[in-house]
Amino acid sequence: MSRARITISHGGIAAVWVALILSLALIGGCGGDGQGDGRGASPPQRPPSEATAGAAGAPAGLPPVGAVVAPPTQLGLGSPADPALIAAWDIDVGPEGKELPPGQGAVAEGQGLYPQCIACHGPNGEGGIGPQLVGPTPKTGFGDDFKDHPRTIGNWWAYPTTLFDYIRRAMPQHAPGSLTDAQTYALTAYLLHKNGLVDAAFVADAQSLPKVKMGNQVQFVPDDREGHGRVR
Amino acid sequence: MSAPVHPSRRDLFGLAAGLVGGLTLGVASATSPPAPAASTGGGPPPEPLPKLPEATRVIGQASTPTSPRSVFEEAAAQTAGSGKVSGTTFAPLQHFSGTLTPTDLQFQRHHGGIAQVDPRSYQLLIHGLVDKPLRFTIDDLRRFPSVSRVHFIECAGNGRKAYRAPAPELTPQLIDGQLNNVEFTGVELKRVLAEAGVKAEADWLLVEGGDASVMTRSLPMKKGLDDCILAWASNGEALRPAHGYPLRLVVPGYEANLCVKWIRRIEAKIGPSMTRDETADYTDPLPGDKARQFSFVMDAKSIILSPSHPMTLRPGFWPISGLAWSGRGKVARVDVSTDGGKTWAEASLQGANTGMTAVRFEHPWTWDGAPTLLMSRCVDETGYVQPTYAEFVAARGLGTDYHFNPIRSWRVAADGAVRFVANPEVA
Repeated sequence: MSRARITISHGGIAAVWVALILSLALIGGCGGDGQGDGRGASPPQRPPSEATAGAAGAPAGLPPVGAVVAPPTQLGLGSPADPALIAAWDIDVGPEGKELPPGQGAVAEGQGLYPQCIACHGPNGEGGIGPQLVGPTPKTGFGDDFKDHPRTIGNWWAYPTTLFDYIRRAMPQHAPGSLTDAQTYALTAYLLHKNGLVDAAFVADAQSLPKVKMGNQVQFVPDDREGHGRVR
Repeated sequence: MSAPVHPSRRDLFGLAAGLVGGLTLGVASATSPPAPAASTGGGPPPEPLPKLPEATRVIGQASTPTSPRSVFEEAAAQTAGSGKVSGTTFAPLQHFSGTLTPTDLQFQRHHGGIAQVDPRSYQLLIHGLVDKPLRFTIDDLRRFPSVSRVHFIECAGNGRKAYRAPAPELTPQLIDGQLNNVEFTGVELKRVLAEAGVKAEADWLLVEGGDASVMTRSLPMKKGLDDCILAWASNGEALRPAHGYPLRLVVPGYEANLCVKWIRRIEAKIGPSMTRDETADYTDPLPGDKARQFSFVMDAKSIILSPSHPMTLRPGFWPISGLAWSGRGKVARVDVSTDGGKTWAEASLQGANTGMTAVRFEHPWTWDGAPTLLMSRCVDETGYVQPTYAEFVAARGLGTDYHFNPIRSWRVAADGAVRFVANPEVA
């Protein structure tokens, strides 16, 4: 392939020579360490398939090889988990509340703790950069035409335990994991009260919290989309 | 050793100016390429594009430790909506070719920001209803037999904007950009569970991340023992922190929320845990005061990426090209209509169609200059057919909030402008 001639002004010749030498060195060192191993000048090797292909996938000139090996199902990898690690990390609280810790928190105490939530959730749980928390109504019509119908603790959440679990693991967002169990109970109690689900005297603990009746009227149904071939 | 140097746009300006001015090579006058469409990424306003010397007349740049994009691609190669610790970004789907999502352009959805996890102290805990609770370092996990599989990851809310607030100016990025299609490498979850020995009565797994939200979801044991991957790599390299470094769960075909990033704990349990993201969110409102719960599988979907907004067409040949995927398995077929759904033709497919993967479809089309509507429709191997907008609304209601997969339409106007149409029956 020919290249068009380059017009070079006086004084530019040396720079072009340097460039040429550099580029030749790079071509020579393609795939190597940049020092130039001369492979660029070698005749191309035939690919192995062409050189050794035999019948039915058995390469000519090679002794037979074993079949692909399936790994064993148990490998003995990993270490026994320290009970202290499990205790530190096993923080989830399920819908029956069996995992709820000792301690308690009252609505009034939660109200005192709530100011740290205002930046995201608003002074009255009306939402902001964080989701709306308070909103007992309306409770129905979400899928029909309520396009901007906020789902809240009061009209959607089905389990009081989920509130405790989530606040303890993730809130407040700027200092996650900083609340004590008692503080978590208190904030849970306050938010349940703001949604009209418990009265002002409510004290949340491992016994009282799972018994709170939530306000959702929506019926949660299992996934029934499979096997129909059409949208459901 | 000097720090790696990435030539910036400013450096290229300097280089071009230096070569043109200093060497006074006989460079053909460089024409400035057209400025790309305004970035939807929300970053700083793009600098003017450089004028480059004719590339056969100047020595190129030295190699760099990593290879940056061409400055001519930067403006379009941006996710949209970044800057939130709890929220989503959108991948610029219309900018992509083929099927794989470039790693740095994959959509991100975080619930407490991007966790920074030191792999040297990282541990994965497996406990609960198991014979022996175990912990694994990242080195332990990398010693397992590995798998590399291409899967899409799609947010359950992908398509919300196009459904709730449709606008003609929506781009594919803003319509369906919460979609990544990635080659994941890792160990099958069932192998790691086998080491601990899951007890027969355990029917759910709780999977939990080590991020600020300690993100938690319940996963049916049946799926956990099927095709899930604990992945440490994406598209050939270690996961980026934004995608769960050093380890994330990949649940093929399920809503992306299940693909817990920075995963640190898996507990075998009886019954689901009713976490926030399977009660407050990720439950689908339906007509009749019902809500679907544990609606894991992503329904079959497709979208034409070209032509799309903000393109303007001239009459003549245009390949219709897009992506199609299904959470139920392989894509069986993609149909394309260039007449608003009156007639359909089967498109050709490209890419590994190995199940719960996104494939590229293409259909040759010559635009005659008359206004029309372009549509695509995915049919998966289970026979599921991507619904029309009307079918979708009838089944789910206008207020539903996840799993939006109605057929996407593009109107081509007489002047060649291409605009999004959510509901072709009223367009």
